[in-house]
This record gives sequence, C-alpha cells and structure tokens, in this order.
Amino acid sequence: MFSFIIRRLAVAVPTILALITVSFVLMHAAPGGPFTNERNVPEAVMENIEAKYNLDKPLWQQYFIYVGNVAQGDLGPSFRYKDFTVNELIESSFPRSAYIGAWSFLFVVVFGVGLGIIAALKQNRWPDYTVMTAAMTGVVFPNFVMAPLLVLLFAVTLRWLPAGGWEGGQVEYIVLPIIAMATSYIAQVARITRSSMIETMRSPFIRTARAKGIPRHKIVLRHALKPSLIPVVSYLGPAFVGIITGSVIIDQVFSTGGIGQHFVNGAINRDYSLILGVTILVGVLTIIFNAAVDILYTWLDPRVRY
Amino acid sequence: MTANCLPTDTLSQLPPMEAGAGRCIAATIVFLAIIMLAGCGESGQEEAGDEALAAADIDVPDTLLREHPVTGEKLARKQVLVRGNASEPASLDPHLVEDTVGGAIVVDLFEGLTRSGPDGDTEPALARSWSASDNNLTWTFRLREDGRWSDGSTVTAHDFVYGWQRAVDPQVGSNYAYYIESAGVKNAAKIIAGEKAPETLGVRAVDDFTFEVSLSEPITYLPDMTVHYTMFPAPREAIETHGTDWTKPGHMVSNGAFQLDTWHLGEKLVAARNPHYRDNEATIIDRVVYLPIESSSAELQRYASGELHMTSTVPVSQMARLKKERPDELVMAPSIATYMYAFNVQRPPFDDVRVRRALTYAIDRNVIVNYITRGNQMPAYTLTPPYVSGFDFRQPEYATWSQTRRDEEARRELEKAGYNEDNPLEFELLYNTDESHKALAIVVSQMWKEKLGARVTISNLEWKTFLSEKQAGNYGMARFGWKGDYNEASTFLTLLTGDSGNNDGGWSNSEYDQLLKEARSSGDPNAYYARAEDILWQEFPVLPVYFNTTVALVSPVLRGYPKENPRNIIYSKDMYITAD
Repeated sequence: MFSFIIRRLAVAVPTILALITVSFVLMHAAPGGPFTNERNVPEAVMENIEAKYNLDKPLWQQYFIYVGNVAQGDLGPSFRYKDFTVNELIESSFPRSAYIGAWSFLFVVVFGVGLGIIAALKQNRWPDYTVMTAAMTGVVFPNFVMAPLLVLLFAVTLRWLPAGGWEGGQVEYIVLPIIAMATSYIAQVARITRSSMIETMRSPFIRTARAKGIPRHKIVLRHALKPSLIPVVSYLGPAFVGIITGSVIIDQVFSTGGIGQHFVNGAINRDYSLILGVTILVGVLTIIFNAAVDILYTWLDPRVRY
Repeated sequence: MTANCLPTDTLSQLPPMEAGAGRCIAATIVFLAIIMLAGCGESGQEEAGDEALAAADIDVPDTLLREHPVTGEKLARKQVLVRGNASEPASLDPHLVEDTVGGAIVVDLFEGLTRSGPDGDTEPALARSWSASDNNLTWTFRLREDGRWSDGSTVTAHDFVYGWQRAVDPQVGSNYAYYIESAGVKNAAKIIAGEKAPETLGVRAVDDFTFEVSLSEPITYLPDMTVHYTMFPAPREAIETHGTDWTKPGHMVSNGAFQLDTWHLGEKLVAARNPHYRDNEATIIDRVVYLPIESSSAELQRYASGELHMTSTVPVSQMARLKKERPDELVMAPSIATYMYAFNVQRPPFDDVRVRRALTYAIDRNVIVNYITRGNQMPAYTLTPPYVSGFDFRQPEYATWSQTRRDEEARRELEKAGYNEDNPLEFELLYNTDESHKALAIVVSQMWKEKLGARVTISNLEWKTFLSEKQAGNYGMARFGWKGDYNEASTFLTLLTGDSGNNDGGWSNSEYDQLLKEARSSGDPNAYYARAEDILWQEFPVLPVYFNTTVALVSPVLRGYPKENPRNIIYSKDMYITAD
C-alpha cells in the first residue's frame, strides 16, 4: 500500500506539470487576451497594463515565471478580478462548492445506490419501472433546466425558499442547489447500480448462496452488494471531483459564489491565471480521488492487490 | 465485473476488511465531514441572511414609520436596497474599474468633483464651483470643506491630485489612463508613455480646497468629464498602507455615501452607510446589496420572488410578457448608447460609398425597434444620440423619407455601384455570439436580401475572438456598440477620428478630424459637430441602427430611481424604500 502511494505521487508531479503546460499553451493560443476590451485603449496604455502582469515578456519566460510561482503555492493575480489573487478566489469559492458538493454526494450515494438496488431486486416489476423512469427523467433533465425550474416552483410560485444567495450556507439557501446538483448524478448511479446488481445476482456464487438457503437480505447486503459496487465506485471517483468543484449553472442560477463560475468565466474572460488555477485544483483532486478509488477496489474486490 | 470465481466455501464468511482500505474509507468520511463542518463554521461567522430577503419587510404599524423628509411618504422600516448588478466588477479601485457594473458600485462608494443629475446634466458634487481661464487651458475647482473620508479625515484637493496621478501612473496600469489624456491634461501622454514621472501631471492643489488642472489642449467640457470615476480622488494613506489589498472590506477608505462592508465574489457585495459622509443626514438607504447575477433570466426570477428591488436588465424574450404583466415596474430609460454596424471601408465592397449608403438606407429601423428589440429604442439615422446633453440633435435627410423611398434610393445606389441580379452584392456580417445580436443580424440580412438581392452570410464569434478580429480589422461588416463615457457629443464623434483606437474600419477624413479638434475649445461646439455629422452623412463609415435604452424592472416600493438619466448612473443615496 505504501509503495502504491509513493508510485502514485511520483506520477502525479509530471501529470500536473503536463496539465499546466497544455492548459497554458491552449489558453494563450485562444484569440484575444485578458485585456482585450470593447473599448480599445491606446497602445501605450495597453503596454503598461501588460507590463504590470508580465504579459510583455516572451511566452516561455511567462511560463517559467508561472511554474516557479505555482511551485511556491502562488497561483498569481487574477486578470479579470483585479482586486483578488487566484489563491484568494479559490479559497473563498471552493469551500462553498465543496460544501454543497459533499451534501449532494451523500444524497447521490444513499439514494442512487438505494434506488438502484431496489430496482434490481424488483426487476421488471413496478418499483423497477418507477425508479428507471425517474432515473431516465433525471438523466435527460440537465441541471440548467432543473435549476431554473426549482427556482420557479419553490421560490417564485410557492415562495417557500429563497431564489438564490448563500448567507453562510443556511439550510434554506442550499437545499435547491443540492437538489439541482444531485438529481442527475442520483439517476446515473441508480442506473449503474441496477445493472451491476442484476449481473451480480445472476452469478454462480449468489446462486450457490441461495442454494444454501441463506436469507435473501443477507445475500444482498453481505455478498452481492460489494461486487456490485465496483462499477459504481469507478463512476463515483471522478464524479466526486466534479460534484465538489461545483457547477457554473448552480453558481449562476443560485448566486452561491462557488468555484463553478470560475471555470467558464475564466475561459471567457481569458483570465489565464484563474483558469490555470482551477485546472490545477481539479487536476490535483482528480489524482487524489482516482487513487482513493483504486484503494477502494482492494476492499471491494479481493483479487485486486497493490 | 463480477466475483463469480470466488470459492464457494468463503461465502458464508465475509473476507475481513483490509486495514488499509478501512482507513481509506474512514479518511473519505472524515474528509466529507470536514467539508460539511467547515461550511457550518463559516455560517457561524456571518450575519443572518436578512439582506437577501430585505424586500420582504416585517409589518409595523403605520404610525411608527418614519416619513420621507421632503415628500412625506411613509418609509419602510428596513432601508436595505437590493440591486441586481449583472456581474462582478473588474475592481473597486476608482482608477482601475472599467466596467458598468464596477462603476455602479464605485459611484456609491466614492464621490468626485461633479455628479450626473436626474436628467443626466452635470451637477456639482464635491466641487462647489469651477471656472476656466480665458483660453480654457486652466481650470480651477473650488471644493466643499465638509467632504470626509470614511475614516473621518477631510477630502482635500491633494486627494484629487493623487487620484489623477494614479490614473495615469504606468505602475497602476489603468485602462482609463487615456481618459485623462483625452481631456488634454498636461503631460498625461508622456507619463503614460513612461517618459515623465506621474508627479509632473498638470494638476495641482493650490490650497487644501482649490484644485487646479492645467491642460495642454483647451477643452470646454472638462466638468462633464469629471463625473467619471477615473477623475475621482484616492485615499493615499489607505493605498500606501495596504497596497493592492486596499479595496478589500476592512481596508477600504472611501468618501461616498456608502462604505464597503462585505464582498463575496459571485454572491453579493454589501455597502453600508458611511457615517462621516458630508450629506449623511439626507441619505435614507442604510445598506446597499449588489447581486452579481449574470443570467438575466435568473435575475428576473429573483426579482419575481421579491428578493430584488431593481434588476440590471430584462431578457428580451420576456419583454412582451412583462409589458403586459408589470407595465408599472418596467423602466425603459433612454441611454447615450448607439447600436451600429461598422463598415471596413478598406475592403470591397465597402470601399464604395454607394454600397454603404444603399445598405444604410435599406434597413427598416421601425420594424427593428418595434418587433425585435422592443425596449422603446429609437431608430438611429446618425451617430450621436439626441439625449446627449447640450447637443443640437439633427437628422439627415433620409430620416425624413418613407421607407419605400429609402428602398428605391438604395436600389438605385447599388445599381450605380455595379451590383444587380447577375452580379449580386455579397458580404459577411460578423457579430459576437448572443441571442439578441443574432436576432438583429438575421432581420437586417433578410431586409438586404429582399430589397437589394444581397447575399449576406452572418457569422458569430465568441466575444474575445470577435473583439480581436474586429480590432485587427479582419471583417467586412461587424456589430459595433458604443456607450458614451461622458455626457458630451465628442464621446461619440471622436470614435471616428483617424487616431481613434476604436476606429478599426479604416475610415478617415482630415476635415472631420480638424473639426473635432477645433470643437474642443470652441464656445459653440455644436457648429463644428453639425459639420462633422454632415461629413458622416455623406460618407457612411458606420451604419447606425438604433439609440439604445436601459431596460430594468424597478419595484413599486423603490422610489427615486432616475428614470430619465440617459447615462444610467444610479446613485443609491438618491433612492429610498417606501412602506407600501
């Protein structure tokens, strides 16, 4: 296990470096720059602004300055939000998205797996059809449809909940974002769990267990569940990173102030340092949680050893 | 993947959980718990969320309510104004802010020499009065003595000197440095180019309350220009103590009616009453909450749920419905902004003035404003909007023609230029990706197709790509919008001078340039502007479509909203919330 972690770490550093390099090149290759504006300013003014942000230097030099700063944990100043550094932006927005994400994830696991199991065990009967219809609806309802609909229903029409804001993450402010975030994931997880569970239930060792007269609930919980979870975990690992790094839709519809907005706005605004900062964050989280998934496999599937 | 190869005899006993894996699961649970607890921790430090729901007031007996000192209206107990503000500002530093949303906050936090009155005319603010020397080269502003920073210190002429110097300082890197330069302030251009020190700028504190500006080129409308935040004062002490962090809550010192309280990016920015403000007693609003809601439909929903007093815009798709359902709340204020298409006159077919004239004639602007934009926009046949203060608005002759006559003239012009059925006019119309720009592009290209037989390709580009293509002159015809920086016609007319950074269509005319140069110092600039516009009406360097409006929803309880201000500068201190 220890050597596994060391190996993963050794691969992580060049992976992140490659990620930075590719993102850096792509970002700079995009037409326009952070200070391209509808009001075209005189050249002398533009030169001063670019000099302030080191953009007047050759690209390779900018790259090494950037990588050097990142190595020291400094993600640089934001080009769009001039009063903030990228570190400040991430520090203020990531906890919010992670908070909403963590709750969403909890619901995804509980309801997704739970509903999937129910559907599998009642295969081709009404609970299965209900769950699968709901799941298909959830999958085809993207959150940019879901979120405004929730607001329309619960905030505008019923006036039960506020239409947006954060206010310290009070329950009434995060309920709708969590639902909007979790729905499509719950649907996906339910579908994956169902098919994997059905497959497991048909396998010889379950048949053997049945033949031995073990009660059905014991078979499901003690023997079938674990192997059924393997594809679910493969899906949830990367999905977890996606969930806790928020969504631009959630941030825009609910004004939650999360990190999701920065992915899209960073690119639209050509905010080089911000987009690189959030890319690095997602990269690091993905590496961590992929490793976590691999470790989970060893528990779910005894054949897996590191 | 299934585990069907497991030996059956192990089935009755679960394989014991591996120690390492157990720790991993435990770690994941702990991680989740930390995130959730961290969120809870944050909530403990913040105030209860009474601001977002400020629009819903608690019932208080009428007799206990304060009355408005002038109008006598019953005021709501809670004077917390919630404003939709479209997006996050680039900065709150008056010398770095460059966008409308930032400007909206900065004019509440800071106060300059002058301000924009309810009808858009320039009014004194911190300057009591001003005067110019005979040749308009030296301007003297006499300041009020009761101006105070939020730390209690007095606002002096030195703060203005420092502010203006910052605006041109290359180290500060202000986008609007050119604004000081375009006012003709002595040495501004050389300071921006790095040839002189910022201290050499032509501004001076004669004494604590007399601010003097020396110009290298005379100008008659300098006071109008000082409404803009680039000419605001700056608090030297706070800036030197905190550096670039001076705009953060707790560090910022400002001299406006409000001071920065909290700022959560993407959620809200809160400004609280500045108790030291000179006119604090007359200010009724206690707190202002600015919500950076980027999606106009999300903003509309928050307005509909009663969480906002005013929106920053209205989705065009909802205009028809809102006109019916909320006619009293829908504000369509004239704006000094013109929607145009720019011709690249260096490229065929637009190098031929007859083509430009034909296309300009052939679009039916009444159809556009009545059925496409629908926000009380006004058909534009010329560059400068009529709402510009002091501007003698005239229309070219073709504005008075019927559309049928315009279409006939257009066909004739195009024929003269050598285009006909066998040799149809072909070109590309470029716009930035946006539903409303798209709708307009489709309509005008259809008009050209029907009336002139022109084959128009419309193409859209993502915003920054569009800008870089346009600024490089890589287009034939492109969407072009302009909103005035100050309330004087030169903010529009100088767009098309040969040295203008925004004149990327390549049109230039030395007589036009000369007229605008002379207008700067003339006692009667309108005479020059009229001749300059005459040239535009002959040359058609741009195709004006409509004069824009600012469309917003304003809650019936919010009073004092400047419905007639064409600059769309909305000072929170002028507004108040009534009880009913």
